[in-house]
Amino acid sequence: MGNHSDDARKTSSVVVTSHEEGKETFPNPGLPPHAPRLTDVDPHKAKSAERQVSLLFVISILGAILFWVAYFGIKIGGEYYDVMNPEPTNALRLQNLLLGLGIAFSMFGIGIGVVHWARTLMPDHEMVEYRHAVSAEADRAEAQEIVETIIAESGIKRRPLLRNTLIGSVILAPLTFVTFLRDLGPADPSVLKHTMWDKGVRLVRDPSGTPIKASDVTLGSAYHVLPENLSSLSHDQGYLNEKAKAVVLLMRLDPSDLKVSAGREDWNVDGIIAYSKVCTHVGCPIALYEQRTHHLLCPCHQSTFDAADECKVVFGPAGHALPQLPIAVDSEGYLVAQSDFHEPVGPAYWERGKHVKEMAGETK
Amino acid sequence: MSHTTVETDYQAKTSTGRIANFVDSRVGLSGIIKEFGRKIFPDHWTFMFGEVALYSLVILILSGTFLTLWFNPSMAPVAYDGSYVPMKGTEMSVAYASTLHISFDVRGGLLLRQIHHWAALMFMLALTIHMLRVFFTGAFRRPRELNWVVGCVLFILGIAAGFTGYSLPDDVLSGNGLRIVDGIMKALPLVGTYLSLFFFGGEFPGEQLIGRLYSMHIMIVPALILLCVAIHLFMVVVHKHTQYPGPGRTEGNVVGFPVGPVYAAKAGGFFFIVFGIIAFLASTFTINAIWNYGPYDPSPVQAGTQPDWYVGFGDGALRLMPGAWPWHWEFNVLGGTWVFSVLGPLIPAGLIIMAMFIWPWLERWVTKDNREHHILDRPRNAPYRTGVGVAGIIAYGTLMVAASSDLIATHFHLSLNDVAYWLRASLILGPLVGFFVTQRVCLALQRKDRELVLHGIESGQVVQLPHGEFIEVHKPLDEYRRYKLVNFESPAPLAAQPNKKGKISFAEKTRAGLSKIWFQDRVVSVTPAELEAAHQAHDENHGSVAASDTKEIH
Repeated sequence: MGNHSDDARKTSSVVVTSHEEGKETFPNPGLPPHAPRLTDVDPHKAKSAERQVSLLFVISILGAILFWVAYFGIKIGGEYYDVMNPEPTNALRLQNLLLGLGIAFSMFGIGIGVVHWARTLMPDHEMVEYRHAVSAEADRAEAQEIVETIIAESGIKRRPLLRNTLIGSVILAPLTFVTFLRDLGPADPSVLKHTMWDKGVRLVRDPSGTPIKASDVTLGSAYHVLPENLSSLSHDQGYLNEKAKAVVLLMRLDPSDLKVSAGREDWNVDGIIAYSKVCTHVGCPIALYEQRTHHLLCPCHQSTFDAADECKVVFGPAGHALPQLPIAVDSEGYLVAQSDFHEPVGPAYWERGKHVKEMAGETK
Repeated sequence: MSHTTVETDYQAKTSTGRIANFVDSRVGLSGIIKEFGRKIFPDHWTFMFGEVALYSLVILILSGTFLTLWFNPSMAPVAYDGSYVPMKGTEMSVAYASTLHISFDVRGGLLLRQIHHWAALMFMLALTIHMLRVFFTGAFRRPRELNWVVGCVLFILGIAAGFTGYSLPDDVLSGNGLRIVDGIMKALPLVGTYLSLFFFGGEFPGEQLIGRLYSMHIMIVPALILLCVAIHLFMVVVHKHTQYPGPGRTEGNVVGFPVGPVYAAKAGGFFFIVFGIIAFLASTFTINAIWNYGPYDPSPVQAGTQPDWYVGFGDGALRLMPGAWPWHWEFNVLGGTWVFSVLGPLIPAGLIIMAMFIWPWLERWVTKDNREHHILDRPRNAPYRTGVGVAGIIAYGTLMVAASSDLIATHFHLSLNDVAYWLRASLILGPLVGFFVTQRVCLALQRKDRELVLHGIESGQVVQLPHGEFIEVHKPLDEYRRYKLVNFESPAPLAAQPNKKGKISFAEKTRAGLSKIWFQDRVVSVTPAELEAAHQAHDENHGSVAASDTKEIH
C-alpha cells in the first residue's frame, strides 16, 4: 500500500485547526435513501414477524408460570448442607435455579419480543430534529436583570449589618447539627496503645482456649494464640475489639537462626517467639507462615515479615516490623506473657510515633 | 362529561383523547407529551451502556427493597438457629444470621441476594463502559462538561454504594475489608485516628458499624445517586443526545428515531433484557457465598481475598506500594506519623480520579477549542485523546489486576514478588507505552480511511488490461460512506503564545509542549481536490503503467 500515506506531511498546509475554518470539504450528502425492510414490502414476512413476537410473549408467560411452579411446587425445608441428608440442599439449589430461570425467561420474552417488534414492524425512518441553543443571550440578560432586581429589592447590599449577621447565623446554624457527630465515638487515641496482654497472662490456642506448654512447641511449628483472659470478656465488654488487637502468632525456630537485638535477649523462650498477628500495613490478620524461610505473609496485601529477623518487613507494603510479645515460662511450664507489647499493634496512625516513645518510657 | 360545571373548549372524540383531556385539564401533561412524545434519539449500540447502568440501578432498588424486609443490621450477638447445619449454635451477629436466614429460610431469598449483587456488578460495569464511551468519543466537550462531572460523581457514589452494601452481611471477608478501611483511615494525617474512632464508634470493629453502613447504604447513598441520575438525565434532555458523524448529520441537528413508539419500545424492551440477563446470572452463578466465610472474627482470614471488582483498583494500589524499600515509608516529623506506605498508594488512585474529573477542562486548555460539539469524534480521529484514554485504562487496569496479584502468582506458578515487580513497572511504564502505541494505531487507521476514500474498496474483481497487466478493480465509496470518513478535523499543534505583557508563561510553554506531543503527527481528511487527483491518477495508470502506482494495485 501507499505512497499516499505520506500526504499528510506534504499537504499540511491544508490542515484545518480548530481556529482555521475554510478548508475545502465535501458537502454533506444528506440522509441516505431509506432501504425498506423485508417486513415493509412483504406482508407474509410482516405476519411471521408478528407471530415471532407473540411467541416470545408466550415464552415470557411460560417463564412466569415456571417461577410459580418452582416457588410453590418445590418442597424446601430441612437441614441444608448436611452430609447425611443432602436432599434439602439439592431441593434448595433446584428451586433457586428454577426461580431465577423463570424470572429470566419472563423478562427475556418481553424484552426480546418488544425489541423485535420495534425492529421489524415499527417504522424505521430516521427523523431529524433541530438543536437549539441551551439558552438565548436575550434570556440570559433578562435573567441577570431579574436576579439583580431581587438582590436590590432585598436590600442586602445596602444594609451591611443585616448581611453580616445573616452570614454569621447561616454559618453557625448548620454547625449545630455537625456537632451531633462528635459523639459518634470516643476521641482518645491512647486506647490504641494497649492490649489485654499483661505480665503473667497465659498464651492459649485459638480457638480452643487451651494453654500451651513450652515443651509442646516443637521446632518449626506455629500456633495462633490468644490471651487467656480474653475468654472472660463478654461480647458487650468488647470481646471482638480486644481480640482484634490481641491476636498473636507463636513460632519456634532454631535459636541459632534468630537475630536478637539488644534489650530483647530474654523475650523468647529457647527459640519460641511470639509476634502480633495484626499486619502493620492496614491490619489484616497475618495467617500464613512459611516454615522453611521463616517468612510470615499477609494474605491481604502480601506484606512479608522475616520471623528470624524480629519480623522486619522484607517485602510488600507494610511500613514497620510486627511488634514482639515478650514471653516466659510459668512455674507449671506454660507459656506466659512478660508484659504487654512495647509498641502499639496494627497499622500506623498519626499518634503512633508519640505512643511508641511514651510506651518506651513506661517500661523503663 | 355532560353536566360538569367547567366547560372545556376541546371536545375529544377518541377514548385516548378523552383520557388525555381529563388529565391535561387537571395537571397539564400535553406540554410534556409534546416535548417528549416524538423527541428524536440517535441510535447506536455504544449508546446502550448508560441505559444498562440505569436499568441495573432500577433492578438494584427493586431487589434491595425486598432484601430490607428480612435483613436486620444489628451487631448484637446471637447463637445461630437456622437450617444451615454447619453454622448451628455458632455465635454470630444478628446481621450475619439474618443474611443466612434470607439465603436459606426465605424462599427465593438467595436469588434476591444474588440478583442484588449481580445487578451491582453490572451497574458499575455498565457505568464504567459508558464513561469510557463518553471519553473516547469526546462527548464530554462543551456544552456537556458539567454532565461529565455528574457522571464522575456517580462513579464514586457507585463505589460507595457497593462497598457499604457488601460490608453489611458482617462475614469474615467483608469484615477484613472494613479492617482495611480502618487501616487507611488511621493513616490520614492529623485526623485519621479520630476519623476511625468516630466511624467505628470506638475501636475496630465495635458494635455500631453495620447499622451506620446500613443507613448509608439504603438511604443516603441511594438518595444521592438518584439525585445525580435525575440531574444527569435532565441535562441529556437540555443538551439533546450527541450523534456520530455521518451523512445528514450536522452540529445543528439530531438524526434518529422518535421516542414513541420505536425508541421507547427498544429502550423499554432492553430493560427487560437486562433484567433477564441479571436473573440468569443470579440463578446460575453463585456470588458472595457468605455461608462459606463464616461470621466476622478478627482472627481468621482467607488467602486469595479480593474486593468486588470496582474496588479492586484501590486494593491493588495498596499492594503495589513498597512499604520498607528503599527505606521505611513512615516518618515521624511535624508532630505526627506520616504513613506514606498507605498514603502513597492513594496518590495514583487519586490522580486517576482527579484526571477524570478535570479532563474536559484540561483538554480545552491544550486545544483552545471552546466550541460546542454535538457530533462525536470517532476515536481514531482524536489520536491524542484515545491515547490518553488507553493510558488511563492501563493504569487503572494494572491497579485492578494487582488486587489479584496473589491469585495470579498461585494460578500461573509465578513468584509473588515477581508479579508485584512487573505490575509496578507496568503501572509506571504501561501508560506511556500505551499512549504512544495507541496514538500510532489511530494514525494508521486514519491512513487506512484515506486509502479507502482515495482508492475505494478492493472489489476482488481482477481484470487484464489490453497491454497484458492484471489489476484488481477498486470500487469507489458511495458519497454517504465517504462522508463518514472525511468529516473530521485534524488540528495542528498550537505554538506557545505570549500573554498580554508579551511574555510566554511557564503554563503556556507546558500547554504548547502537550499540544506538540498530541498533534505534531497527524493525518488530515481527504479533500475533494485530492480525491479528484487520485481518480485522475487511477485513470492514467490504467492506460499507461506508472511504476510508482503499481505497488498499491496489488
